[in-house]
Amino acid sequence: MVEKPNQVNAGSKSGSPTMQATSKPTDLLSQHFSIRSLKLKTKQQELLIRVTILCLVYVLAFITRLFSVLRYESMIHEFDPYFNYRTTLFLTQKGFYEFWNWFDSESWYPLGRIIGGTLYPGLMVTAALIYWTMNVLRFAVHIREVCVLTAPFFASNTTLVAYFFGKEIWDTGAGLVAAALIAICPGYISRSVAGSYDNEGVAIFALLFTFYLFVKAVNTGSLAWSLASAFGYFYMVSAWGGYVFIINLIPLYVLVLLITGRYSMRLYVAYNCMYVLGMLLAMQIRFVGFQHVQSGEHMAAMGVFFLLQVFYFLDWVKHQLNDTRLFQAFLRITVSTAVVVGAIAIGVGTASGYISPWTGRFYSLLDPTYAKDHIPIIASVSEHQPTAWSSFMFDFHILLLLFPAGLYFCFKRLSDATIFIVMYGLTSMYFAGVMVRLILVATPAVCLISAIAVSATIKNLTQVLRAKPKVAQTGSSRGGSSGKASSKGSLDQSQPISKNGAIALLFGAFYLLSRYAIHCTWVTSEAYSSPSIVLAARGAHGNRVIFDDYREAYFWLRQNTPPDAKVMSWWDYGYQITAMGNRTVIVDNNTWNNTHIATVGRAMSSYEDEAYEIMRSLDVDYVLVVFGGVTGYSSDDINKFLWMVRIGGGIFPVIKEPDYLVNGEYRVDKGAAPKMLNCLMYKLSYYRFGELTTEYGKPPGYDRARGVEIGNKDIKLEYLEEAFTTSNWIVRIYKVKPPKNRW
Amino acid sequence: MGLRFDLLLFTAALLFSPALSDLVLSKVDRRVDLTTQVVRITSTLKAENTGGNSVSEVLVVFPDRQAKTLAYLSAVSNAGKGKAKVSSVTLPVKEVELKGMPPSLVGYSVSLPEPLGKGESFTLDVLAVYAHSLKPFPEKITQADIQLLVFEDSAYYLSPYEVKAQSLTVKLPQARIESYTKLENTKIHGSDIKYGPYENLPPFSYSPIVVHFESNRPFAVARQVVREIEISHWGNVQVTEHYNIVNGGSEIVGEFSRLDFQARPHIRGPSAFKNLVAKLPPRAHSVYYRDEIGNISTSHLWGDSKKTELEIEPRYPMFGGWRTAFTIGYGLPLRDFLFESEGKRFINISFGSPINEIVVDTLIVKVVLPEGSRDISVSAPFPVKESRETKFSHLDLVGRPVVVLEKSNVVPEHNQYFQVYYTFSSISMLMEPLMLISGFFFLFITCIVYMHADMSISKSSPSYLAKLQWEEVQAVIQQIDNIISRCLAVHDKLEASLRDLSRTGDVQACKAARKLGDSALKELTKELKPLLSFLQSSSQAGHVVSKVDELVTKERELQEKLMVKLSTVVDCYEKKLSGREIENRINAQQQKITALRQEVDDLLEFIDEL
Repeated sequence: MVEKPNQVNAGSKSGSPTMQATSKPTDLLSQHFSIRSLKLKTKQQELLIRVTILCLVYVLAFITRLFSVLRYESMIHEFDPYFNYRTTLFLTQKGFYEFWNWFDSESWYPLGRIIGGTLYPGLMVTAALIYWTMNVLRFAVHIREVCVLTAPFFASNTTLVAYFFGKEIWDTGAGLVAAALIAICPGYISRSVAGSYDNEGVAIFALLFTFYLFVKAVNTGSLAWSLASAFGYFYMVSAWGGYVFIINLIPLYVLVLLITGRYSMRLYVAYNCMYVLGMLLAMQIRFVGFQHVQSGEHMAAMGVFFLLQVFYFLDWVKHQLNDTRLFQAFLRITVSTAVVVGAIAIGVGTASGYISPWTGRFYSLLDPTYAKDHIPIIASVSEHQPTAWSSFMFDFHILLLLFPAGLYFCFKRLSDATIFIVMYGLTSMYFAGVMVRLILVATPAVCLISAIAVSATIKNLTQVLRAKPKVAQTGSSRGGSSGKASSKGSLDQSQPISKNGAIALLFGAFYLLSRYAIHCTWVTSEAYSSPSIVLAARGAHGNRVIFDDYREAYFWLRQNTPPDAKVMSWWDYGYQITAMGNRTVIVDNNTWNNTHIATVGRAMSSYEDEAYEIMRSLDVDYVLVVFGGVTGYSSDDINKFLWMVRIGGGIFPVIKEPDYLVNGEYRVDKGAAPKMLNCLMYKLSYYRFGELTTEYGKPPGYDRARGVEIGNKDIKLEYLEEAFTTSNWIVRIYKVKPPKNRW
Repeated sequence: MGLRFDLLLFTAALLFSPALSDLVLSKVDRRVDLTTQVVRITSTLKAENTGGNSVSEVLVVFPDRQAKTLAYLSAVSNAGKGKAKVSSVTLPVKEVELKGMPPSLVGYSVSLPEPLGKGESFTLDVLAVYAHSLKPFPEKITQADIQLLVFEDSAYYLSPYEVKAQSLTVKLPQARIESYTKLENTKIHGSDIKYGPYENLPPFSYSPIVVHFESNRPFAVARQVVREIEISHWGNVQVTEHYNIVNGGSEIVGEFSRLDFQARPHIRGPSAFKNLVAKLPPRAHSVYYRDEIGNISTSHLWGDSKKTELEIEPRYPMFGGWRTAFTIGYGLPLRDFLFESEGKRFINISFGSPINEIVVDTLIVKVVLPEGSRDISVSAPFPVKESRETKFSHLDLVGRPVVVLEKSNVVPEHNQYFQVYYTFSSISMLMEPLMLISGFFFLFITCIVYMHADMSISKSSPSYLAKLQWEEVQAVIQQIDNIISRCLAVHDKLEASLRDLSRTGDVQACKAARKLGDSALKELTKELKPLLSFLQSSSQAGHVVSKVDELVTKERELQEKLMVKLSTVVDCYEKKLSGREIENRINAQQQKITALRQEVDDLLEFIDEL
């Protein structure tokens, strides 16, 4: 291929202006050189292209997550991020020690919450560090901006890690594709758009980074890499409870390697260093504490650790004994002893309560039906539901099809690294099927495996394309080709597809990938960029209508209630009320005390006078309910009410779910159960709603969220009074009246 | 309570009634404007000098209860009668200690432009603005109640001088009056109450009146406003204003019903205000309106060449006693506000809040000057408390000097221009961009140094040595690669000479070219030798050596073939054979050469990719 331009140049002779002609005789030589020297730079060119692509992917991953900022504003989204924001604010204002020892009396009234001991501080510390660094460099940014942009920033970093991981398990091409895929994958974007200031935002980075470092350690057997992976694990532990996945997947992987006979010194070094150091480091996080040695979920890692030692010991003995028969006997004895000792240790540990049993969340992962029967509070969260097929398609799009193809390629070229990614992919896919939110954990694996499929396919196809012209050239240059050339040609013909087929397939791949990009952008902009604090709808004339009722209510609370007022609401809104309303709440999204939540659920589902007693005992000053009947906003408290009943009834048997149902049906209209029509939640939601005409041509009191006319239009409140209702009635706040004077 | 106090004052005033001076007020016209929460009393005084000495000052006194709420006082000469208002001159006003007068009075003296001689008279307008003198009564109302306010004053003009004739007009926002003090000569005209005329009253005459009336005008009181004016010499003045607003009217008690409010807002919630209007300077841009928890979407902005009008709605309707807090910010073009005089720059910008009819309890104006400003001085039209601080913003090293001006009880009349003078050299402007540039420069330098530095700890570890050796091998291979390429170039030259031969038939030239090529190739082969032997001896090159050897042999083969071809062609030419025959003869050779060349190129590519 290079020959041709040379000849053309030589034919036209005379030093063309682009070539530097030193003297007439060396003219041709220098021509040749400049082209040769260009060609010599292919490697640098490749590097340049690679770096450019990576930079573009890095920037792309960041800007695709800014839809929410452009559509709405630079604000914190959803529920949990508000808690994270509030704690970060506290951390930056008061410093780390105050933060670490913070007892928050504004939540879980009257219990309070020890913040430092009950959170994963990784996210807050990261954001605060970024903030402090920026300030040291004299970029006077607001902490809110830092928090809003933390998730996109870490998503960008994740693409880099994905590149290196892809490079480690396959090649640079796969790395690049993996980086590009993960940059825009909706499954990841759903948790990392600007403003989604949640643990997952940094945790996915930490997760992938730890895995990458561990695989690198296994591949190299270097202490440095396994040390790095221990620190990566420490960061992960400090950032998200999902670290349990790492501490179970890695031992499982080691076990698989042991079983498949891939045990090596490299693995021994990598795992031991990573486990021991990682465990010690993880103990520094107060929320995790001694769980690594005391909790059932972490026992697998310890078991594998001991198993590795036994393996090593046996290896050594085998080497020393040099006698197969003797060794067999020894093996039998050692293995049975080890198993018995291990079993006894676990048995004693569990029986004495030293090793805690598996938690409900862990059980619900292994058995998807567990939560539904035993822990309604976990089952009530929408993101804990089993995943529907449609949401797999929504979040992965073509990756769902590429994933098995990638697995095929991985199995074709088995190595320690590909075994790891296969195991990561399969386990995380299972978890993604169990819980919607765990799609997030599966996303990096799916992207990496799909990237292998894409990269390998495209590489094969382009090889076909690039090999062909050479043959054509040799063939056409002089009729009969020499023996070598023909052997080359036959090699090319051995490719299963023709050149045209390859071109068609390449176009197909290009089409699919561009569809993927379009889909991802569409999903990001339409589905995942809504802050859910501000609701947007299309008006009658196609204009954008904004419902900012949540902030209206929270700001009203912040400004117009006494600073020590206690607000009772369903736990979903707890974090937002404390962060935006700056008022004390009874329960919040950190659902650590089921009884307390059940008490609130009981109050909401009781008659007003009974509820008043409960509210008096909890010192409640204001009650906040979310109501969508006027706007047709469907995720309001009436629709969540059955969960309140279930959770309340789970602790207080006075509350019985059938009392609120009519023939197993949940209704709010005239046919509703009498207890339903008179419970506190119903009264607070529909107070004076019966006088309001919501839709033209419908009777007053027509609930647009549920599409029925309400059953109890004449609601009188005795112990509460309406304190504030937002402009679209989405949030209604009631004041609890002081007790009546006895005289 | 106030009433009793006033009576006390009145009796006290009767006791003290010294002839203060020879001044007599021949006519006093007072107009009280109660249409907004800010009470404005305009008094037109006609002073006449009846004594012998010329007088240069007129005393204006207020009972100290009123003086506490007095936010602004100005006097304007009202020369020329009625229509022909020639040039009205603002007269200097200063607070004075009163001697020989009742202790509960606060006095201000107005200096006249020129001393008043005997028998001469002078007319002046005194405008007194009160910030919190209207009190809601009852203090607590329900959502549906109307808001009633109480205003107290004296029917007679309180003055240390004898007043010959006087009248008082009280202008109310609405015709509905709950009650008012009836004295002689009291009339009601629509929404106005008229007292007077009263004639020949002694000094310190006082007759308390109380007006209790309905007012649903917005009662927006800002507890505190912080205005930050940041000057950037790159062409922008950024103004950020933090408001802390409360509805100072009657507090709402009991239920707030959204249903009632949205159905009939004027009946159920008449005293609540929904919006505020801020008049910003023209060409204001990048306007925002937000609070602690985010952007507030309910605002509208209009603009023309004279002004920019921003209508902001708080998140919720402001009922009596309800509070809200927000921030508005906007940018202004620097050239409209920054001027230069005598080598000093000064900024000339208005002091008060741009929001209409708002009372500010504490106004803090901070002027943030660019980093490196010196010789700072302030000139304000009224007394303010001044202090300094430092603010750190983007890329600041020593911080920006901030002038802090503080004033309490600010009313719209305080919206006057003030100036901050400072010196600033334009070169300092370049400091921050240069800092950024040098920052990036050093970043890249460090990167380059890092890439070239050898960071390995152990210089004798086998892996390190192997790495070094491998680098050496790579360099050698690079050289070999180079030499082969040069050989190929020589080949090309020879081929070219062959083509020349076929065109011109110049055998000698071709031979000369061949000789040249031969020597060049020989030299290159010589150069190649030590490199190859090095490669063979190196332990790291194991897997490449075979390829390189193959390359070298292939190249040599190619060389030989080419030479053979060359000699054949030259031979043919010397024998004067026909072109077709030559073609036939070298055909087979040419095929081999092409094939070899292909292989050599492939090998080169392979070695390149190492």
